[in-house]
Amino acid sequence: MTMDRPAATAGFETDAQQAIDLKALRAETDIDALLEELDRELVGLAPVKRRIREIAAFLLVARARERLGLQSEPPTLHMAFTGNPGTGKTTVALRMAGILHRLGYVRKGHLVSVTRDDLVGQFIGHTAPKTKDVLKRAMGGVLFIDEAYYLHRPENEKDYGQEAIEILLQVMENQRDDLVVILAGYKDRMDTFFASNPGFRSRIAHHIDFPDYSNEELFAIAQRFLEDGHYHLSPAAQAALIDYIAKRRAQPNFANARSIRNAFDRARLRQAQRLCERSGVVSREALQTIEAEDIRASRVFNDEIS
Amino acid sequence: MRVTQGAFSFLPDLTDDQISRQVAYCLDRGWAVSVEFTDDIHPRNTYWEMWGPPMFDLRDPAGVMVEVRACRDANPNAYIRVNGFDSTRFWEAVRLSFLVQRPKYEPGFALERIKGKGRTTHYQIRAYATERPEGERYTNGKTERRA
Repeated sequence: MTMDRPAATAGFETDAQQAIDLKALRAETDIDALLEELDRELVGLAPVKRRIREIAAFLLVARARERLGLQSEPPTLHMAFTGNPGTGKTTVALRMAGILHRLGYVRKGHLVSVTRDDLVGQFIGHTAPKTKDVLKRAMGGVLFIDEAYYLHRPENEKDYGQEAIEILLQVMENQRDDLVVILAGYKDRMDTFFASNPGFRSRIAHHIDFPDYSNEELFAIAQRFLEDGHYHLSPAAQAALIDYIAKRRAQPNFANARSIRNAFDRARLRQAQRLCERSGVVSREALQTIEAEDIRASRVFNDEIS
Repeated sequence: MRVTQGAFSFLPDLTDDQISRQVAYCLDRGWAVSVEFTDDIHPRNTYWEMWGPPMFDLRDPAGVMVEVRACRDANPNAYIRVNGFDSTRFWEAVRLSFLVQRPKYEPGFALERIKGKGRTTHYQIRAYATERPEGERYTNGKTERRA
């Protein structure tokens, strides 16, 4: 089925063609705009961006080879994203769906994000329809399975997760044209998962590791959140935020960008509280400014609790 | 006798690719697509067996085609149709319905004349296939399964 593929064949003859203009193909799929957007909008993640460019180039060449009649087997596109929480796996998966759509490897380019609960049923005979339903919804797009290792429960051999895994593997193998599966989770647990499910490892072509953000990158991310919400930091608050990031990282349950977003949400609450307590006229400037006290009030600075 | 029920039934049978495009049309309009089958093809039989519940939230016809193929494998000698249900307020009806499989041999219908009071005559049609019990219709007496 070739319908809805955006890659048109305009200007290309497949008969006995000996050369193909990759640049024209690039322009035709408009892939560069997406890659630049990815570079611009996501802070850091240099190795991930490099890998995505590699994959995009590979898929583009695969398309060119196909046009010249060189390739018979479509490339395997299933991927594994490993990394700590809040490192941008879901966001990148969303971009990936867009890239695959532009290159014509998925027909619709939507992302269906699921976890174990969406795939595995609660009683015998419940799992297969549930998994199939999710797979049908994901067809034409990308299925993103967060914390995929929970599907496999080695301590319980009667666990229904195994049934979901078998259906998944079957569809991943037989309907490669119809959907792309991305598995995501912590690196070490994914490695154990793959070790006990060799079927998955062999069906996944691309493993991408997401590094933790550095303190400077987290600060840049915080700036993005602030800009998007039309806030800004006073100079003292900037210093407070730098302290906050350094302290927060050392504490348990640190979730990279997600922790920063939560911190931003709480700082906004405290700012609102501060403004309300100080009755009277508030300036436009005051409504936009987050002060150092809004950040310093966080329990992250309270060493007794942590 | 070739049964003509639903959309496209005066055309040659649709290929899988054509079926898939029709399903894509339904999905693009946000209709819920369902698969149904029966071996009682009387035009007044509105109660076809459901092959699973209607499929909601699908984006791509591939998901429907999986079910159509599964239904064909399980019922190689039945009529199978695909319905597109529009849940928009005030429509709330099946907007498109078409056959995606028919038995290899369709015996057709008998026309019966029923004498009424006086010299009145009533007419009724009856599918020859329904003379046999369920599951044995359209099989020439043998139970055949698709490989």
